[in-house]
Amino acid sequence: MDRITKIKIGRRKFLRVSAMVAAGGVLLAACGDTVSPTNTPAAGTTTVAGGATSLKLGVLLPFSGVYTQLGLDIVDGMNLYFESIGGVVAGRKIELLKEDEENDPQAALRKTKKLIESDKVDLLTGIVSSAVALGIRDTVDQAKTILVISNAGAKDITGARFSKYIFRTSFSNGQVPYPLGEWAYKNVGKKIFMTAPDYAAGRESVEGFKATFVKAGGTVVGEVYPPFGKTSDYAPFLTQIQQAKPEAVYAFYSGTEAVNFVKQYEQFGLKKDIPLVAAGFIVEQDTLPALGGAALGIKSTLHYADSLDTPENKKFVADFTSKYKRTPTTFALQGFDSARFIVEGLKVVNGDTTNKENLVKALEGVKFISPRGPLEIDPTNHGLTQNIYLRDVVAGPDGKPMNKVISTFEKIQDINTLLKN
Amino acid sequence: MNLSNLSLEFLVLQLLNGLSLSMLLFLLAAGLSLIFGLMNVINLAHGAFYLLGAYFGFSLLNWTNSFWLAFLLAPLGVGLVGLVTEWGLLRWLYQRDHLNQVILTFGLAYVLADVMRWIWGGDPKSLPAPEPFNGFVQILGRQFPTYRLFVIGFSLLLALFLWLLLEKTRLGAIIRAGVSDQEMARGLGINVGFTFTLIFSFGVALAGLAGVIAGPYQSFGPGVDFDTLILALIVVVIGGLGTLSGAFWGAIVLGLADTFGKVFFPELAQFVIYAVMAGVLLVRPTGLFSRSPV
Repeated sequence: MDRITKIKIGRRKFLRVSAMVAAGGVLLAACGDTVSPTNTPAAGTTTVAGGATSLKLGVLLPFSGVYTQLGLDIVDGMNLYFESIGGVVAGRKIELLKEDEENDPQAALRKTKKLIESDKVDLLTGIVSSAVALGIRDTVDQAKTILVISNAGAKDITGARFSKYIFRTSFSNGQVPYPLGEWAYKNVGKKIFMTAPDYAAGRESVEGFKATFVKAGGTVVGEVYPPFGKTSDYAPFLTQIQQAKPEAVYAFYSGTEAVNFVKQYEQFGLKKDIPLVAAGFIVEQDTLPALGGAALGIKSTLHYADSLDTPENKKFVADFTSKYKRTPTTFALQGFDSARFIVEGLKVVNGDTTNKENLVKALEGVKFISPRGPLEIDPTNHGLTQNIYLRDVVAGPDGKPMNKVISTFEKIQDINTLLKN
Repeated sequence: MNLSNLSLEFLVLQLLNGLSLSMLLFLLAAGLSLIFGLMNVINLAHGAFYLLGAYFGFSLLNWTNSFWLAFLLAPLGVGLVGLVTEWGLLRWLYQRDHLNQVILTFGLAYVLADVMRWIWGGDPKSLPAPEPFNGFVQILGRQFPTYRLFVIGFSLLLALFLWLLLEKTRLGAIIRAGVSDQEMARGLGINVGFTFTLIFSFGVALAGLAGVIAGPYQSFGPGVDFDTLILALIVVVIGGLGTLSGAFWGAIVLGLADTFGKVFFPELAQFVIYAVMAGVLLVRPTGLFSRSPV
């Protein structure tokens, strides 16, 4: 009883509070994510003019949570390519069915089953998170649905848990810094300290770097793996690095962690004595503005640089920028290339998605010149063979930091192939 | 960590690292603790106000080109938002139980998170360290950023100021009276409602100050608000809710535990701070420095 009387409130007060809540609600609605993963209605099979059925492409990407921007970039890249070919391949209209990957293997598995079983998609693409990729692997494999991964870089996807129906058109974690190890040994220092967040991508990145660094004769004087997504103060590790007296530091960080690590690295006065070499994600469009001068001089390797001076890349950057009013990220490029990869494969089989074995063969043979250079699939594990670029952060013409390509390592294979040799 | 590398310099430097984190945590938890102590409100939007302070600092710095102006104005701006929040939303819920307030402030945290993402976008941001604290100094042959020394010194002074304010001034006496016995304070003619508004604004302004002071060495972006809230809550759980000294010592314990946890067990660093919290809860459930059992 006492409770009920307590909750009784006057009419004026009620109105006032409701007004506040309503105002809050409107505000919330106004600034909620502008893109919600709306689906094209799955209305059975739609037919297009020529009588051929439309091609249903299931797109599973994060549209909520920390990786939202990656999902949006990849979709924008894909759409840019599909529009460039009029949205049709081998007479079939391309129809995208988007689902939110949610950065959660359980939820993503549900969405995968929905796309395969009720929407009956012809192909699947997307996947930012490696945990999601590995989580849906068996379902995709058993359903013999072809999946083209446009980001997730875990080694096992194209290694221990290989599936003939899964292709990866992005990168493998160890592939990105693989050529950097040897280069750093020759050009930067013989004694290295390595650091990365304590999760699969971080460990695999360090493994890729270390493989060639140690082979060349280098020594590892220390390594440290702070908890992933939970570390914002790197001071204890930076003091540890000073203590270990390396000649260079290798780091793999991205996003907020990259900003914190690099800025604090400079504030501790380490940058001028101990050069920083890194996997390219540390100095990309999302971190460079916040890093400013702290990023200058960092040498990093990545499978792309938006400043690449090739006709293909210039056109891609110009088209993307004019369509979306922002410069393309590496993820947008990966979306663009995944879309093209699918289209090139479908052209070979003349749009026939029913004969999976033929389509797998066709995709294994796909080769093209992407804005990031020549790409081809490694038929032994369905990973990608591509160029890796060594970039140096310099002040651009507008005074803002940018990545300048200083060297190209050609035809670097998937990390599973590299580690076997 | 190779134990043979341990040396006095190394430990002293790590101690400084720990203190620079502790002092940040103190600024953060002091506001949370004051608000709870006086108003009995658990402000789950505290992390959002921290982030708002950082963003205000970022925009003010862009407009004025002066870090120190941003440093001064950002907490005031956050305090103003706090004032509106207390006046428009919170004060209508004091008569109800805790759950209502918790839900309100938690909801507010989400609303603020979306508003901030809308205004400032999703990419991480940071502030440049200001002159004359943008370099580093040699301490026992190792390098240490001067900005962190500034943070330690400034926060210690602020702690002293807050302590004097609460213990030695009339305003402090009013606040303390409100904390210990609201009815009695009201009876003595103290305007408790006004004191509440003041304390809430001041508490969230401290969170905003923490946000802007952290800007030069901790980047900020979506998600930082909730991570920060959790740290602040752990500090007050360790130190004891509702007192300034609780927030201070709780922050020292947590900052040092986190730093030395990272040094000795880097992969378990996250576990160390929760272990400390669990330990404190087992031995002294009301926190190490609580004034009275809650």
